[in-house]
Formats: sequence, structure tokens, C-alpha cells
Amino acid sequence: MVTELGHFALILAFLVAIVQSVVPLVGAHKRWPGWMAVAEPAATVQFLLTAFAFAALTYAFVTSDFSLRLVWLNSHSAKPMIYKISGVWGNHEGSMLLWVLILTLFGAMAAWFGKGLPPTLRARVLAVQSAVAVAFFAFILFTSNPFLRLAVPPFDGQDLNPLLQDPGLAFHPPFLYLGYVGLSICFSFAVAALIEGRVDAAWGRWVRPWTLAAWVFLTIGIALGSWWAYYELGWGGFWFWDPVENASFMPWLLAAALLHSAIVVEKREALKSWTILLAILAFGFSLIGTFIVRSGLLTSVHAFANDPERGVFILMIMVFFTGGALTLFAARAGTMEAKGVFGVASRESALVANNVLLAVSCFVVFVGTLWPVVAEMFFDTKLSVGAPFFNMAFTPFMVVLGLLLPLGSMLSWKRAKTGRALKQLLPGFILSVLVLGLFWTMQTGNSLLGPVGMFLGAWIVSGALLDLTNRLGQSRDLTRLFRLPRADWGKATAHIGLGVTMVGIAGLMAWQEEDIRVAQIGEPFQVGDFELELTAVNQVRGPNYFSTMGDVIVRQDGEQIAFLNPEKRNYPVAQMPTTEAAIDYRFLRDIYVVIGDPQDNGGWVMRTYIKPLANWIWAGSILMALGGILSLTDRRFRVAAGAKRQAPAQGVPAE
Amino acid sequence: MRLSIYLRSLAIFLCLALAWPLATPVYAVQPDEMLEDPVLENRARELSRGLRCVVCQNESIDESNADLARELRLVVRERLVAGDSNEEVLDYLVQRYGEFVLLRPRTDGWNMVLWLSGPALFLIALGIGITYIRSRSNAVAPTEAGLSEDETARLKEILKDS
Repeated sequence: MVTELGHFALILAFLVAIVQSVVPLVGAHKRWPGWMAVAEPAATVQFLLTAFAFAALTYAFVTSDFSLRLVWLNSHSAKPMIYKISGVWGNHEGSMLLWVLILTLFGAMAAWFGKGLPPTLRARVLAVQSAVAVAFFAFILFTSNPFLRLAVPPFDGQDLNPLLQDPGLAFHPPFLYLGYVGLSICFSFAVAALIEGRVDAAWGRWVRPWTLAAWVFLTIGIALGSWWAYYELGWGGFWFWDPVENASFMPWLLAAALLHSAIVVEKREALKSWTILLAILAFGFSLIGTFIVRSGLLTSVHAFANDPERGVFILMIMVFFTGGALTLFAARAGTMEAKGVFGVASRESALVANNVLLAVSCFVVFVGTLWPVVAEMFFDTKLSVGAPFFNMAFTPFMVVLGLLLPLGSMLSWKRAKTGRALKQLLPGFILSVLVLGLFWTMQTGNSLLGPVGMFLGAWIVSGALLDLTNRLGQSRDLTRLFRLPRADWGKATAHIGLGVTMVGIAGLMAWQEEDIRVAQIGEPFQVGDFELELTAVNQVRGPNYFSTMGDVIVRQDGEQIAFLNPEKRNYPVAQMPTTEAAIDYRFLRDIYVVIGDPQDNGGWVMRTYIKPLANWIWAGSILMALGGILSLTDRRFRVAAGAKRQAPAQGVPAE
Repeated sequence: MRLSIYLRSLAIFLCLALAWPLATPVYAVQPDEMLEDPVLENRARELSRGLRCVVCQNESIDESNADLARELRLVVRERLVAGDSNEEVLDYLVQRYGEFVLLRPRTDGWNMVLWLSGPALFLIALGIGITYIRSRSNAVAPTEAGLSEDETARLKEILKDS
């Protein structure tokens, strides 16, 4: 019954979305306030209906209602509750429902928080947002309906893919979707601005918090996914340049670019048409990502239903929205004149450089991801583009970005004195060169990767800190640091995060140690500075799996520093084995132990990795997200997102 | 209630017993595959990282658990022991499995488009960026009232006249 109500609510939401995508648009064109006013309640109703549909599906999963096809395919009564819930979006249909739920949530939020927008702009934003929702409602209802019933309900379900039964992955998709779909608001703002034919500083200020929020969610989602890959897949890789990973990485890069270019629009009224284009492309790439994941166009480790019909449908959605928006852009972009004037050495120029680097690196990822398809279609060769290509083609741009970042973020607006900024950065530069030298002499071998990564990290982090302290000016009063706008803190934190992540990636890739052997029970062996001993292997039972669990003692200088339990699990219902690596997390290194098969002549295969600085990758990601959140809470955004121009300050209070 | 739990455990146990022989996984590089000579073994590992497990979903043979990956790892080592250079090993595998096996596409023919598109776009973008910045730095700032140069000049003239 609840299921049918959910299904019905979804259809109603679809109808509301159709109304909301047409009526306010006409109203805005004809300046009919009544028609424009439809948008707001419609957005709220649409969200509530979708939320109800989603709740109904969740209810079916929680109560293990196997008469629902989707629940039968993706759940099992013996599964822990958290994975029954995460099972809702651990499949194609449910994840699409989550996708529209977030889409309508953002639409509703734009309606709730957008009271200060000019009425025509608000009506258009909500109408465009709703048009996107119409397409996805249709997609769900016509090709991927989660509410289909089975005539004869089976006794029990087929269980969720065991790889997905993991806390890291349970929340990876919702965050990613919040990011992908968050960019839809930027897209709607861009298209609405094109229809209005007006982009000004206020527009930049309205778009920025949405971009920032989307970027924060994408950062968290991607970091969760990569952390999961690190501990779950059994050899501690954290990024594979898999098509689906790239699909999430491209919007992230463009969102980062958009974030920075919108600042220029807001502060200097320049880069307007480029920012609009970026907003369109960023969401366009989110759609491309969805298309890549759902169509099965590219083989990937992310197993999702690969259905050509669905692929074509999403391709049509993508072509319609991206193509339509770009056509509109081509027609209207000329009308947006830049106002701000700035010198060659200025913050504006630095942000242009930032955008060039981020956009080009996104393009490299794009070409690399689609090249196998292009090669097969046009040159009739089946080939692969894997990690070695991306590492070579992508990394240089990030290195340049890292080199420029501290300088660029310190230049002042309009006209900057490069010499002065360089002088202020000198201590940071000296420190970074020292770090470079230190690591160069410490390491064995001649790998450039490690020392260069450490240099960049030190340079970015020290640059961000110097930027903060410089804001104090001549007074050495540190308490003033806490009176700086939160946006400044956010900027510094996010940049430090990037530096920390670079350090982690470079350290892990350059100095990882690996040991593969047959370990005999009770016979210690040495890996790097550590002595490991497999003391026992036991058979253990979990809630819905069986496990072969090793007991491993790790010693350093004769003292036990860790006791690890690497596992090999088998999920009988899904008939799938998984490895559960045991990891001793430390600040400077992880010890990563995996147990393999027993050998005929005794002993077990064991893999041990020493992974230096691994945690820094995710610590940096957390800092980046935190920086974004700090900026979001800045007073400027809280004051009703620039709703009303603040009355000009009358008489500056004496300080 | 109790009974159903027992039945369920029994069912799970039966499934497991049936599934066990099918599901014992083979994990990436095995100790028995590894070569005695550490130099050769290192080369083998490096080569494996650049070779795709052709039946898998975007995994290198170094990472993959598939049987075919193991076979390929053994082939790589065989060729290395036979004295092949890295290039020769790759050529040998490309002959048997096609270019699909290379994770790092070759730098010839149409693939040059792939390799050069990034740097090319970078140069173009750099050019556009620099042109834009220069045009902005040469542009004349609109005056406070938003008047153009001509208008300002006319305004001055009018003011002078009066």
C-alpha cells in the first residue's frame, strides 16, 4: 500500500514539475506576477512528493518487502539495518530516485532562500530547475521504475553487492549526488541569466554559495570513494582513473574553476560570459558522468545496470539541456560586457590562470576517458587509456597550478605589485626549497615525484599561512586573525588542504614499500622497519558472511605496536568473496596487511605494504571541504545571499 | 521464531558449502610467480602495472585476481627470463592481444591526437587568457556614472559652456 502511494506521489511530482517548468517561465516573460508566483509553492510540493516517494521505497527496503522487484534484487533479510537503508541507493533505480530527490531539494531550497532575488530571475531559475527535474522524472517512470512489483514474492532477497556493504561506500553516493545535482542550481542560474540577458555582481554572489556547496559535497563524495577503494580493494590503490571516477572528477575540477571565476564576477564584474559557460559545462559534465555510469558505454569497475535504452534516454537529456543552454549562450553571450579593468599582474589575472589550468586539466581527463570510444568508432582499434596516461598528461597541470597558487592568491585586485607579493612569500619559498633538499637527500633512488610533491605541499601550505598573517598588516596582533572574514579562513584552509593532499599523493606513490610472501604461522618476517608475525588464522562468522581471519602482530624494535586482523570474507548469498585489509593507521605511514590463500605446503599468502603519508590524502580532502564550509558561513552569504543591498553605512563608527 | 533462525543459518551454511569451491579467489601477484632475480622481478612488476587485464574492468594485471591476469603475469616473466627487453615484451603481448592490452596508449598515428590535445588546448587557452587579460588591462574603466568617453567629453564641454 505504502509502495503504491509512493509510486503515485512520484507521478504527481512529475506532473507538478511539468507545471512548474512552464507556468513561471511564461509568467516571467509576460510579467504576470500570479504566474511567476506558482514556482515557489510548486517547488516545495514537488520536493515533498518526491521525499514521500523516496520514504516509501526506503520503507520497503527496511521492512524487506520482497514483493518489490528492486528490494528482492538488492536486499536480504539478514543484512544489517544500515545496509538495508543504503541498499535503497545501491542500485540503478533507487539511486536515480535519490538523484531527483536531491534535484527537487535544491529546487525547493532555491525557492526558500531566494526570496531576495528579482521575481523574474527567481521564476526562471525555478522553471529551469524544474525542467531538468521533468526529464529525470520521465527517465525514472518510463525506463527505471523502482516501484515495480513481483507477482509471486520470493522468500528472500538476492543481497546487495558485498563490496557495497561498507560504511565508506554507504554514504559515498549521496554525497556525490549532492555535488552533481548541486551544480544543477548553478546551471539553472546560468540559463535564467541568459534568458534575462543580465549578469552582474549580484548574480555572482547568488551563484557562489551554491557552487561552493556543490563543490564541498563533491569533495567529500570523491574522498569517501577513494578512501573506500584504498581499504577495501586489497592493494591500497586510492585512485584508478577509472571512467566513473573521472566522471566525478571532471565536474569537481570545473566546479573548482567556477568557484574561482564567480569571485571575479562578484568582485570585479569581469569574466562574465566565461563564468556562465563554466556553469553550463559543470552541470553538463555531471550529466555526462551520469550517462557514462548508466549506459555501459565504457567498461568500469563500477557495476551498474548497463542498459542501452537508458543510455539513449540520458544521452537525450544531456544533449537537450547542454546543447540548448550552449545555443542560448551562443546567442546571448555577446550582450554581457565586462566592466572591471585590471592590470596584467592582478588577482583577476591569477584567477584567469587558475581557470585555464583547471579547465584544461578537465579537458585532458575528458579526452582520455572518451578516447577508447573515439578510437573504436573512427579508427576501428580497441585500445585502453589507463593510469599511466593520466599520470603523465594530467600531473604537469597540477604542478603548475601548485606553483602559481600561493603567488596568485596573494596578488591584490586590479593592479598588484608582483615584487611585493614575492617578497612576502620569500620565507615560504625558502622553507619549501629546504624541504625539497631534505627529501632529495633522504630518499634512495632518483625519483623526482617525492621531493617535488613535498616541495609543492610546503609551498602551498606556507603560502596560505603567510597570506593569512599578511592580512594583519603591520600590527602583530594575532587576535586580529580571528576577526578576519570567514571567507579568508576558508580560502586558506582549502588551499592548505590541497597542499596536504598533494603531499599525501606524492609520498604514497613515491615511497611505498611492498612485500609479498608465503607467511608461515609463528615465523616472523621483516618489512622495512617492521617485523610482522602471523600467529593464527581463524574461521569467523559475521551477520551475513563467513570470514577467514588472520592474527598479525606488528613489532618495531622488538616492541609490539599493532595487532591486525586481515580478513577474507565470503558472502554466501551474493556468492562473492571480498578482502578486508587490516590497516594500522598512523600519522606518517600506514601498515597495510592483506591475507590471501592457504598454500598446499603450509603457510598463507600475505601481502604487506608500508604506505607513507597515505592519510594525508584524505586529511587534505577534509580540509578542502572544511574550507568550503567555512567560506559558506561567511557573513556576506548569510546576509540573505545579497538579498537586499545593505543601506550604505552612514558615518563610519570610530574604531 | 527460534526455528526460523536455525533454518536460516542452515540455509546460509548450505549455500556456503556449495559456493566455497567456486568462490576461492586468486589474489594479484602470488609468491610462486615471483622471479628469483630482484631486478627482473622489478621489471616484471613495472611492466605488469602498464598492462591491462583484458577480461577485467579497467584493472592492470598487477592488481587483478583473474586467471587470465595470472597467465599474463607468467608470460611477462617468461619473456623477461628469455632475455627480452621491455619493449619486446610489450610488442609480444600487443601481437597476441592487440593494443587493448596497453594501459598507456602508444604515441604514434592517431594516438598523437590523444597525447597532444591537452598541451594544444593549453596553448590555445593560454593565448585566449593572455589576450583577454591584455584587453582588460587596456580597457578604459567606465566612470562612476557609467558614462562613455564621448559622453564624459560632452558633459565637460556642456559644463564649460555654462
